[in-house]
Amino acid sequence: MQAENTYNYRVVRQFAIMTVVWGVVGMLVGVVIASQLIWPALNFDTPWLTYSRLRPLHTNAVIFAFGGCALFATSYYVVQRTCHTRLFSDKLAAFTFWGWQLVIVAAAITLPLGITTSKEYAELEWPIDLLIAVVWVAYAIVFFGTIAKRKVKHIYVANWFYGAFILTIAILHIVNSAEIPVTFWKSYSLYAGAQDAMVEWWYGHNAVGFFLTAGFLGMMYYFVPKQAGRPVYSYRLSVVHFWALIFTYMWAGPHHLHYTALPDWVQSLGMVFSLILLAPSWGGMINGIMTLSGAWHKLREDPILKFLIVSLSFYGMSTFEGPMMSIKTVNALSHYTDWTIGHVHSGALGWVGLVSIGSMYYLIPRLFGRTEMHSTRLINAHFWIATVGIVLYIAAMWVAGVMEGLMWRAVSPDGTLAYTFIESVKAAYPFYGIRLLGGLLYLSGMLVMVYNVAKTVSGSRAVDAPILVPAVAHA
Amino acid sequence: MSQFTSRFWDFYIAIVVIVSIVGCGVFLRLQSTREVAGSQTQTTGHTWDEDLGEYNNPLPRWWMWLFYITIAFGLAYLALYPGLGSYKGLLGWSEVGQYRDEEQRAAAKYGPIYDRFAKQDIVALAKNPDALAIGQKVFLNNCAQCHASDGGGARGFPNLTDNDWLYGGAPETIEATITNGRGGVMPPWGPVLGDEKVKDVAHYVMSLSGQAHDSIRAARGAEVFKQNCVACHGADGKGNQQIGAPNLIDKTWLYGGSEATIVETITKGRNGHMPAWKDILTPAQIHLVAAYVYSLSHPAGPPATQ
Repeated sequence: MQAENTYNYRVVRQFAIMTVVWGVVGMLVGVVIASQLIWPALNFDTPWLTYSRLRPLHTNAVIFAFGGCALFATSYYVVQRTCHTRLFSDKLAAFTFWGWQLVIVAAAITLPLGITTSKEYAELEWPIDLLIAVVWVAYAIVFFGTIAKRKVKHIYVANWFYGAFILTIAILHIVNSAEIPVTFWKSYSLYAGAQDAMVEWWYGHNAVGFFLTAGFLGMMYYFVPKQAGRPVYSYRLSVVHFWALIFTYMWAGPHHLHYTALPDWVQSLGMVFSLILLAPSWGGMINGIMTLSGAWHKLREDPILKFLIVSLSFYGMSTFEGPMMSIKTVNALSHYTDWTIGHVHSGALGWVGLVSIGSMYYLIPRLFGRTEMHSTRLINAHFWIATVGIVLYIAAMWVAGVMEGLMWRAVSPDGTLAYTFIESVKAAYPFYGIRLLGGLLYLSGMLVMVYNVAKTVSGSRAVDAPILVPAVAHA
Repeated sequence: MSQFTSRFWDFYIAIVVIVSIVGCGVFLRLQSTREVAGSQTQTTGHTWDEDLGEYNNPLPRWWMWLFYITIAFGLAYLALYPGLGSYKGLLGWSEVGQYRDEEQRAAAKYGPIYDRFAKQDIVALAKNPDALAIGQKVFLNNCAQCHASDGGGARGFPNLTDNDWLYGGAPETIEATITNGRGGVMPPWGPVLGDEKVKDVAHYVMSLSGQAHDSIRAARGAEVFKQNCVACHGADGKGNQQIGAPNLIDKTWLYGGSEATIVETITKGRNGHMPAWKDILTPAQIHLVAAYVYSLSHPAGPPATQ
């Protein structure tokens, strides 16, 4: 009845709840495959339980289901509140929710069945690719339509990042998924050989850059200043690092293909632009952390702020580590080792995970007419459990990775390799154990969150907040 | 070895790259000098969602320098290394060049070690602990994936320790097998013979190695064997090392000796593949790994493992 006077919180609520649900599912699969690496018998000789099929399920579930739902939820929330208007279309927004859930369910069925394009992070077969494309276009229409009907003149910085993320993912997905269907569940890539690899990693690295970075920076730019109650540190810094970030990310993909059949010149460009990317990446971290200056004391009592700020620290760490690993001589050691897994998880668990969880703790009570979660102490507990989990995970993978790299290149005085591959696997076992422990802790933290969210939601009423009149300066 | 079909792409890439990198620097410079409204204490004046505002602090100096340094590094790197189209860079470095360099240096450094052994006889090397140490390391890194770390083999991958050979165990034969690889093809007989005859011949094969079998089937199978199998496995079933046809009268099985497995082997055939190592290992390395393999089934030599 009063739809036009309120924000559309319904779709935000749906996506927010599913963020928590898919987070648990994706991380549980992660814990299962981490265990399989220690005890291979855990696949029970069942094809759809084998590591090779569950691993893409894990990555798709955490990136596109958990991360994707978090991005949908927060972007719909932020774009409405900072444009002071309801979403462009409720129906299209609802379509993006159900469409995206259908994509996730289709992934959860086809990947264990072994139906895959075998392109990393783009494993889903062509019918699902088409569905993704349609949902994504609808998402873009809802988001940019809302921007177009905004009641304020200036577009808030969070929306730049969300906008860049939505636009670029559309392009990346469509170009990389160009494939020729053979049957309903089998297709071949339109590209061949080294070009296919290059398109794949242009896509793959920009999925990191735009899905897992730009999108979550959008989240950061709303929830950090909101939770801190402070203005963003520097508008100018946000302008510079935004344009520099989205421009240079586009070039960085070839660093995934160092010392391969990719031409030398492309490898060099990938490395050079990855290094240039360091400062633009750090711009976001500085802007987020410095927003807290003058309010540092809040970190002591506010666990949501802890989630957000520590996530920015992990963001800074992984965006320093990334350019370092893109240097060819470093890459010669780190490539194909567990160091890469550690790097990815410092970004995934540390940055993407923590900023999403922090934002959800801010968001969920407000969607249900409350100002706070059921228990702040449990948020605090979740924070510490998750942080210890991350530290164990990434430290274990760093040590294992460097050890593997050194073992693989070690040469005996007679020129033969000093270690066999299987010896390096054996040497990694203790670290696989520590990694599993870290993953278990992180998953336990999510279960604490599930309980806290359930307690917050039950007994509360779904509430759609009234649309605010823009401040005078804007009118 | 230019990768470009036209000089145009050369220039296109070089120009786009230089403009992009220099552009980052120019953009940074413009943004760091221009005065913008707002400051450390006053926001830009825009407010969203009740209380979201922005200060306009200048870009942190250290951050700007970090940015400039990476830009300068990028330009310097592209002057020294390939990156700008087909421009080769001042250092003339290339991935293939580095690989050849390293190979050459390794050959110069380790060549003499291998030369010592290259002219020695494999039987003699199989008793030489130094030679076996190298041979074993080559084996563990290249052969153990299929033949197992102790050379004991696996289903479909021959056991190298039992002195029972498909192609013969003479030192030169082992060396030839490693150098050129082998293809052990057993054709599928299911479509030709049909299920019943396959089962008959399977029982005959079981009888050859003294296993429990159905003698009526075996009798019928003997006829089928005579007509179809003797060309490779011989009239007596002892096989033929010239073509790697296995001996069927012993207790050694490559794929398994149960009734079900023998039926499967006959019905569907087998396609064993030992890759050729001549493009991966040097002749000297093959010589040493052949000696190591030989030593596995000739325990008169020194202890082969540990």
